[in-house]
Amino acid sequence: MEEKQVLTMRGINKSFPGVKALQNVDFTLNKGEIHALMGENGAGKSTLIKVLTGVYSKDAGTICLAGKGEVQIHSPQDAQRLGISTVYQEITLCPNLTVAENMFIGRGEGRLVDWKSMNADTEKLLKKLDIPAKATQQLANCSIAVQQMVAIARAVDMDCKVLILDEPTSSLDEQEVEKLFGLMRDLKEMGVGIIFVTHFLDQVYEVCDKITVLRDGQLVGEYEIKDLPRVQLVAKMLGKEMDDLSDIKGENSAYAGKDAEERVFEASKLQSDAGIQPFDFYIKKGEVNGFTGLLGSGRSECVRSIFGADRVIGGHVKVHGKDVKINKPLDAMKNGIAYLPEDRKVDGIIGDLSVRDNIILALQVLTGFFKPFSKAKANAFAEEYIKKLNIKTASTDTPIKSLSGGNQQKVILARWLLMHPEYLILDEPTRGIDVGTKVDIQKLVLELASEGMSVTFISSETDEMLRTCSRLVVMRDRKVVGELSGDDLTQNKIMSTIAGGE
Amino acid sequence: MNKQILKKITSNQLFIPLMALILLAVINLINDPGFFKVTVGTNNAGNPVLSGYLITILDYGSELAILAIGMTLVTAASGGQDISVGATIAIAGSAMLRILCGGNSRPETIQAPIIVAFLVACIVGMLCGAFNGMLVAIFKIQPMIATLILFTAGRSIAAWINNNELPIVPDPKFAYFGGFIPGIPIPTTVFIVIACIIVIAIVLKLTNLGLYTQAVGINENSSRLNGINPIFIKFLTFVILGLCVAVAALIKVSRLSTINYSVIAKDIEMDAILAVALGGNALSGGKFNMWASILGAYVIQFLTTTLYKFNVQSDALAAYKAVVVILLVIFSAPTVRDYMAKLSKQLPVTRKEAA
Amino acid sequence: MKKIKENTSIFNKMSDTNLLLTITIVIFFLMYIGAVLFQGGGFTKPQMFFNILNANAALIITACGMSIVMISGGIDISVGGVVALVSMCCAVYLDYHDGSIIGSILIALGIGLAYGLVQGFLVAYLDIQPFIVSLAGMFFARGMTTIVNTAPFNVEDPEFNALKLTRINVPGLGSVNKKGIYVPAYVEIGVIVALLLVVLLFLVLRYTRLGRNLYAVGGNKQSALMLGINVKRTKFLSHLICSLLAGIGGYVYFLHVGSGAASHAMGMEMNAIASSIIGGTMLTGGVGNIIGTLFGVLSLSTIQNIVASAGLDQAWWTGITIAAMLCIFLLIQSIVMSQKKKALKI
Repeated sequence: MEEKQVLTMRGINKSFPGVKALQNVDFTLNKGEIHALMGENGAGKSTLIKVLTGVYSKDAGTICLAGKGEVQIHSPQDAQRLGISTVYQEITLCPNLTVAENMFIGRGEGRLVDWKSMNADTEKLLKKLDIPAKATQQLANCSIAVQQMVAIARAVDMDCKVLILDEPTSSLDEQEVEKLFGLMRDLKEMGVGIIFVTHFLDQVYEVCDKITVLRDGQLVGEYEIKDLPRVQLVAKMLGKEMDDLSDIKGENSAYAGKDAEERVFEASKLQSDAGIQPFDFYIKKGEVNGFTGLLGSGRSECVRSIFGADRVIGGHVKVHGKDVKINKPLDAMKNGIAYLPEDRKVDGIIGDLSVRDNIILALQVLTGFFKPFSKAKANAFAEEYIKKLNIKTASTDTPIKSLSGGNQQKVILARWLLMHPEYLILDEPTRGIDVGTKVDIQKLVLELASEGMSVTFISSETDEMLRTCSRLVVMRDRKVVGELSGDDLTQNKIMSTIAGGE
Repeated sequence: MNKQILKKITSNQLFIPLMALILLAVINLINDPGFFKVTVGTNNAGNPVLSGYLITILDYGSELAILAIGMTLVTAASGGQDISVGATIAIAGSAMLRILCGGNSRPETIQAPIIVAFLVACIVGMLCGAFNGMLVAIFKIQPMIATLILFTAGRSIAAWINNNELPIVPDPKFAYFGGFIPGIPIPTTVFIVIACIIVIAIVLKLTNLGLYTQAVGINENSSRLNGINPIFIKFLTFVILGLCVAVAALIKVSRLSTINYSVIAKDIEMDAILAVALGGNALSGGKFNMWASILGAYVIQFLTTTLYKFNVQSDALAAYKAVVVILLVIFSAPTVRDYMAKLSKQLPVTRKEAA
Repeated sequence: MKKIKENTSIFNKMSDTNLLLTITIVIFFLMYIGAVLFQGGGFTKPQMFFNILNANAALIITACGMSIVMISGGIDISVGGVVALVSMCCAVYLDYHDGSIIGSILIALGIGLAYGLVQGFLVAYLDIQPFIVSLAGMFFARGMTTIVNTAPFNVEDPEFNALKLTRINVPGLGSVNKKGIYVPAYVEIGVIVALLLVVLLFLVLRYTRLGRNLYAVGGNKQSALMLGINVKRTKFLSHLICSLLAGIGGYVYFLHVGSGAASHAMGMEMNAIASSIIGGTMLTGGVGNIIGTLFGVLSLSTIQNIVASAGLDQAWWTGITIAAMLCIFLLIQSIVMSQKKKALKI
């Protein structure tokens, strides 16, 4: 009976300066089980994972592994040695090494490298898992999806007892996710315990056996998947019953001004150097529309070219019917266009700067280099939006990097709202943030639209798009392949358009 | 409550340079209380001048303080340092002499007004800065390596400008910039530094230079998507540093009324970088505190003067400075600080246990 | 399954390291052949090539150390200072303390080891920027050199001078001098040491776990940690190796010049960095090759010789040519890499 449990963590505590990240958390993983670890951002999922993999050292508690008893894990090497492998959301491989080296580096004993057998073993593994890469290829020359698959292959090959998948699917498309799930089920048959962290509820219900929910660094409970319907899971994660997830569209009436038919922005044959086919696009005043398609279909690239974030190499752009040139982000901003980028960490926040500076940045740039705001004015702006968007921060002076993901996103949103744009582009504003904030943002989008702002909304979660958008532009293989509105806005219709019906 | 105040003080960026300054002052006070005496004497020209070690520090720390201004901006925006400042001082100084002496090594009178020569030096300094800035901002070469080019070639270019001759400026007025103006007992360099500080303070107050450089240094991608042009900002900081270099060159050349290509401003780049680091600014870029850097520059000069006071040979100076620098960086390293914080937390606990 | 685009361009088939190495080697040979064709004279004689080796054996060794640190993502600008300190200490030991050759070699290794331990510890375990640490290291070494002995002097020790003048003939190569006597081409002991070290280090980087870990740490520190590599120890070892090589390089330098002086090896760290970069090592880390570094040193010294024999012998031309060459190679690196990135994107 005891041998069933491959991993038990008991009474784990971990605190950072000012934050109790984990308080007395228990976690149990059985052999041959796929166990989802759920919680909002800041609930302590990543901290728990990092304690388990030796990146952080725990303050108190015990970790026991089957057959090894209590173990101390001080570094990622310790974790690997004990049979715990991890695949992280960001690719944690070395781009300058070959695929084979990335599979085998940091593993095994001995001081020498046997290139021949390493390459042969890698080729075998790549073939087995159907990964389109060569062993001797430099990793940087592979696509992101392939890199992620290589990371998974590495973890799988390590003969592990515990496999941790920390949001591995965010850079994979649906087929790749399916393949990953197949792999997970195979491993499960082999008796590997898998911890699966994800924000996608669908995926949890597709592959997992059990769910452990964390909230605010504390354990909420462990549940069999069949005993916990979605609504309840969300409720457990948020700590309250959520009933307003279902229909928020009805709460806000559509914008009904006289100029509701005016095209705020219009592009024809727009093309950028990020490799998308020229596309036509328009948005009306007070309209919420969206780009949908699989990851990598070019939806982000489209909005980036609208904002001038990538180099525009062709096409015409009209704002309020007048021809304008948008070659760089500042041009777009001057024309009242705001863009919340897809990757918050890389393109959005300016980590070391305060919440205040992060909020005023866009408006400040628009106001001009020689006209800095006074500190009082900047503070007033910041306070206003902290209150309006309910941003949880100690003060306006707090560096943005110490906020939780959802609050960082709200700060970036505040930055653009402060500019009072006519046209707001939101590229995956809800990615990787907690359910509560997700709903807040969706509501806000509809509210803004009813006041006359035009919004383009992009999300990986189709139901989110269906709840907010009144028109969807569908993309496939970096091309616009269709447009849906009215009664066509259903899951099935979107799927069939993305798949292509010829 | 007291602890909080203490924490606030110790976490202030000015804390480390100030502590270093106080420590140096105390060492000097114990060694020789006369160190702090400032007397009025007369110089060779018979004018009253202030003299004393403190005046020496203020005087000779000037070039460093001016360079620290530009170096801080470059560090903040590009996350790297310009190691060519010593060599570009040689270039700008050489250009200045070329204009003043008109290619003649022993002219009777100066061949152009000093202001013209200085403006030419400014342009030359800014061109050097622009060259570095171009490599860093447009070609994305790491600053250390990009500036290695002028570091290697700078002194040679300086020698080439004047055909390897060492012209002497005949006009005594030219020596005022690095010495004293008749009738004013305070070194002119002090006024030049004050002017530079006022200018940079006004620039930081009336423009968004500070916000932009920090934003670019912390996250270039985000800055670009917020309408800032990171390439231009990086380029601009290098050009500003070039201007600082020209002012420093004016002082350096004026002190001697001539130039020595291989010795002028030697190792000053190292001191300037140290000043920035001593001011608690991350050498990897991002947030900066201009005043801490300037204070850091004077701390370095204070250290140099103190070492001279202890009869350390100028060649051996470097060894002592190195030890001080290492102690400082060890003391301010985050890992060491964390460790010390942990230690001080444990201390009361163990004491209690003992009781 | 979405098809992953195959990049067929030669740029993308090669790894970054091999691409930059190829560029360096091709340029070196073009340059040397150009020199032979257009300047003739000294360049046609094999001894010219071996003289370049003789004069630069120490630089080859220190540049190899520099490449290793740079591959792991660090930098060490103390190497020139260490070389000067080693020369001075060995000179003083041999002449003033009547020391033995073995003793002086041990001193050189000891200084290198001590530098490596301290700098490695500060960089790897206390997380201080390598630039600042080695800057202080350079200051310290230069200062200590003058403290050990202020005035430069030549070593008189006969045993040492015999070793210094030892020449090893290169079989099958030589030339006929003005008097019509056949003079075989020769190299000094330092060159043998340098070439052995190059081979050894090449093998270490290619075939040992440590070597590959260096690349991994330089490529992405965070990833390397997650992949189970002991990043701190790897960084520590990279600095240890570099300083140890600077110690050996210092002795080879000493053996070549036979004197101690505070001004020895002035700016050698910059030449070492320049050679590494010309040889295809990227300062960002993770890319580089010891063979490339060897060619980097050779390219650098060949161009200096070309400039000198072209009649531009004023002192300033050397500095300017090195700088120009560094500039060109940096631009090549920058352009090639951005082209590659662009090709991959589309």
